[in-house]
Amino acid sequence: MNFSLEVMLQLAIVIPLLTTFGIIAAGKYPNIRESITITASIILLYIVINLYQNILLGETVNVFWWEIIPDLAISFSIEPLGMLFALIASFLWLITTFYAIGYMRSHEEENQTRFYTCFALAIGAVMGIAFSDNLFTLFIFYEVLTLSTYPLVTHSGTEKAKQGGRVYLGILLSTSIAFFLLAIVGTWFVAGTLDFKQGGIFDTNVDKTVAGALLVLFIFGIGKAAIMPFHRWLPAAMVAPTPVSALLHAVAVVKAGVFTILKVCVFIFGLDLLAVLPTTQFLLYLAGASVLLASIVAMRQDNLKARLAYSTISQLGYITMGALLANSSGVLGSSMHIATHAFGKITLFFCAGAILVTAHKSKISEMRGLGKQMPLTMIAFFIASLSIIGVPPTGGTWSKWFLVMGTMEAQQWTLMVVLMLSSLLNIAYLLPIPYHAFFSNTLGKEPLAQTQIKEAPWPSLLAIGITTLGCLILFVYPQPLFDLASAILAGRE
Amino acid sequence: MILGLLNYWVVVVLMMCGLYIVIAHGNLIKKIVGLAIFQTSVFIFYISMAKVEGGTAPILADGISQYSNPLPHVLILTAIVVGIATTALGLALVVRIKEAYGSIEEEDVQNLDNQTQVDSQQQVTEGDQA
Amino acid sequence: MIAHLPILQVIIPLMAAPLCLLLRHPKLVWLFSLLASGLAFIVSILLLQQVMTSGVISYEFGGWEAPWGIEYRIDKLNAFLLLIISAISTVVLIAAQTSIEKEIPKEKHTLFYVLYLLSLTGMLGIVSTGDAFNVFVFLEISSLSAYALIALGNDRRALWASFQYLIMGTIGATFILIGIGLMYQMTGTLNMEDLSQRLPEVEQTRTVFTAFVFVIVGVCLKLALFPLHLWLPNAYAYAPSIVTAFLAATATKVAIYLLIRFTFTVFGFSFSFATLPLETLFLLLGLVGIFVASSVAIYQKNVKHIFAYSSIAQVGYIIVGLSTGTVMGLTATLLHMFNHALMKGAIFLALGAVVYRLGNIQLSSFHGLGRQMPLTMAAIVVGGLSLIGVPLTVGFISKWYLLTALLEKGWWPVAILILLGSLLAVIYVWRIIEVAYFKAPLVGKTPVKEAPLLFIIPIWTLIIANIYFGIDTRLSVQVAQSAAQSLFGVSP
Repeated sequence: MNFSLEVMLQLAIVIPLLTTFGIIAAGKYPNIRESITITASIILLYIVINLYQNILLGETVNVFWWEIIPDLAISFSIEPLGMLFALIASFLWLITTFYAIGYMRSHEEENQTRFYTCFALAIGAVMGIAFSDNLFTLFIFYEVLTLSTYPLVTHSGTEKAKQGGRVYLGILLSTSIAFFLLAIVGTWFVAGTLDFKQGGIFDTNVDKTVAGALLVLFIFGIGKAAIMPFHRWLPAAMVAPTPVSALLHAVAVVKAGVFTILKVCVFIFGLDLLAVLPTTQFLLYLAGASVLLASIVAMRQDNLKARLAYSTISQLGYITMGALLANSSGVLGSSMHIATHAFGKITLFFCAGAILVTAHKSKISEMRGLGKQMPLTMIAFFIASLSIIGVPPTGGTWSKWFLVMGTMEAQQWTLMVVLMLSSLLNIAYLLPIPYHAFFSNTLGKEPLAQTQIKEAPWPSLLAIGITTLGCLILFVYPQPLFDLASAILAGRE
Repeated sequence: MILGLLNYWVVVVLMMCGLYIVIAHGNLIKKIVGLAIFQTSVFIFYISMAKVEGGTAPILADGISQYSNPLPHVLILTAIVVGIATTALGLALVVRIKEAYGSIEEEDVQNLDNQTQVDSQQQVTEGDQA
Repeated sequence: MIAHLPILQVIIPLMAAPLCLLLRHPKLVWLFSLLASGLAFIVSILLLQQVMTSGVISYEFGGWEAPWGIEYRIDKLNAFLLLIISAISTVVLIAAQTSIEKEIPKEKHTLFYVLYLLSLTGMLGIVSTGDAFNVFVFLEISSLSAYALIALGNDRRALWASFQYLIMGTIGATFILIGIGLMYQMTGTLNMEDLSQRLPEVEQTRTVFTAFVFVIVGVCLKLALFPLHLWLPNAYAYAPSIVTAFLAATATKVAIYLLIRFTFTVFGFSFSFATLPLETLFLLLGLVGIFVASSVAIYQKNVKHIFAYSSIAQVGYIIVGLSTGTVMGLTATLLHMFNHALMKGAIFLALGAVVYRLGNIQLSSFHGLGRQMPLTMAAIVVGGLSLIGVPLTVGFISKWYLLTALLEKGWWPVAILILLGSLLAVIYVWRIIEVAYFKAPLVGKTPVKEAPLLFIIPIWTLIIANIYFGIDTRLSVQVAQSAAQSLFGVSP
């Protein structure tokens, strides 16, 4: 296959969308349906890696689709940050597909065709977000992502799922329409363009108040980044099947949010402007508060998925904070954290799902002693927790390192303390789970049922293994990630 | 001053009477009557507006040099037709309303409407339970 | 032929209406009406083409020159409106026969088509004519037939709704008539172009001011501007579905056209916005209308009521665009007229299909419809998304232009309010989606089938138009923009 880069870029977006048709057509034959999904995800990964190699060689790709209103076009291009995001998403899609097959079948979920269709649609939207060349294109795919994940959240169709779906859609759609869209129109009006450009698109003499207000609108409007007080949708979305929570609500959707924030900070405002805006400081503290508060709330959750969700909110706060620090270490840390957190959190969710389907447990208090029955899952859980906390030998170490560096460079001592404190809190809410699984005895209830619990089905276990390995590899061999992340600011003088 | 504008005073008084009847009376026939009065006041306004002092009907005849303006008169012929059509349609509706509701009082009709609304909801909820 | 296009536009449906009475057989009458409406559509396309290439078309009636005789004057604004009206009318008619078979007694079918064509004639006439009094005549032709059409609804509440509409509509039309009379008194002319020349000479008089107020209030009654909207919800909810689809998509648009025509052409922009505080007035009424009507829509149990109130809210958006008094704002207004016609036409037709299968339109009977009538419900979802203003639908385009216009004026708070208003749309649209997709069908109720093809075709034609014009905006934006520019007298 020797396509030109332009074709490959478009394929990366179109393939997942086309896959949906295949999935619907093969709806009655689960095996064919699943092989279509797997084939598509392999092809997608192949294409994205191919693109990655060419980007490393310094190639640039631009694709122009259509101009909706004069100067308002749907167009795509590739820059390192988007490449990073696309790589993570497409790789984890493949893994998650394996995991999902094991999970959905052993859980005997209904409406699996709808599930896989919406899943593919969501990945297509993520690719669109990653490669979009301007804010408008990004916004379109952002909304597609919201709408396509809604049926996944409400998958079970229960009253609780419907409630969750309402909160999910309500917050994501309202923030995006009320704030994000306004910010986009405002930017278009002030700057006259929406194209992502190194160093920002605003004039140097732009009214600081207006630009500051726009920044606030952006940060609030990008609800997917789950900055408090617009975080409620994420715990609400946890009613979805675990593969959805794992890929979409630990990786694709939330990362699309922080990715957008990073993009806006770096390519719309530009770090130089960002540093002098009057509202940046306020937003930094808001992100800091989000980090701390979410960690504290996480400690109080007994439902494993809810605890992980709040942990995600807290980690997203790191990334937003890093972007707002407006220095290269901060941006570097943020973009690396997108990758390292993705691997860590998806592993944690995979483990939670595995525990749910095999042991039928979702409460943390019931997981004591589980380590004996599911040692592999619990070890993976432990390693992933280390990565989230940010200690060696896991990838999370590097991103946290750069984030702390960023706070020091910006002389934000308060925020540095926040980061340190939060790491301690991470330890407090994550590590007890594997600890009790291995070293505590069960409470003595239902001993018979306990012995019957085995490890998760092999496709799920394989997926867990790969992502755990990913956490470790990112520590030993972070160079490619580091290169890609530092290339984001390459053109900056 | 007042006498000079007499026609306008007549028009305004008629108009207000008509509007008042439409708004204040609950009887549908009376409403239609009010509407007709309201419309007629406008016709009079047009007709009187076109009258030229000392002018006659616009028929070409010897020795007459001053005519009233015929155009508004023609216009108002059309408007009268429209007015009749409106009145007729309104009355026809009143007949149908009488057949359907058994009353031509606004209050009764509205009460019955609210009643049906409650009824139909009950039916639907009963259907829910069944 | 080409020279006579303006008159053909109006006379085809006008002539077709009585001919229907001769045909008698309902199916034949339907095909004949469809043909007439289709011809009118073709004529409107030709007119638009002609206007866009060679400018304003003036057609003198019976060879009498303009200020004396009646003139039909087609500029970009009219041509745009003619296209909207005749297109919607034609598409809606496709489904008419199927729909009225269920909703209207058989002996009244022919009557239905006669009234429908007359109503169409009236609307096309209002838009084509360049004569102020002619506007009144056509207004009454379209209104009277609309009252009768609404009264055809099979619920007795339709009669009461029609009666209320008749009272309000007649008062509105008579107000317009008074305004026109006063204008004639001051200028001695009824031709709009001529009026716009002569009014400035006398514009400082109280008479002209009174005339202006009467016309504006009368038109606002017709277009259901909040708080003059009370007649609309019941009229839309209890009329036969086809009538609702047709009127919702076109009738208010025609009233808005009149508002624009009178404020911008006849009285002139500077007079209109200087005499009355139209800027504040429209802005406030528009915003209040958006919020009140959308909030009321959320609590409705009858789905037609939901979208009827939504129509009132959408009029609010249109009026807010007008209140800016800028080319951009007017462009947004014109665009939204076009786009809203597409959305509401599609949604109300889909509701007609639901009535066809279910026999009623209560939200509580929508349970499980998502699976039973997938195509119809999908249409309602897309139409709803368009109402909300999701990208890649026409709703987004109008919203984008409206926001840009507001920011151009520096009205940031208004822009925020507009967006908050569309969140209310999210709520009322989502209530329907939730019921249709997440509630299991009621036990013991026979499941219904997908709507017949004659419904699906027109519904999806409009839905595809919703998406197409949300992506390829060249036609709609270009026409709206140049129409707005010419209204402001700016050379494009």
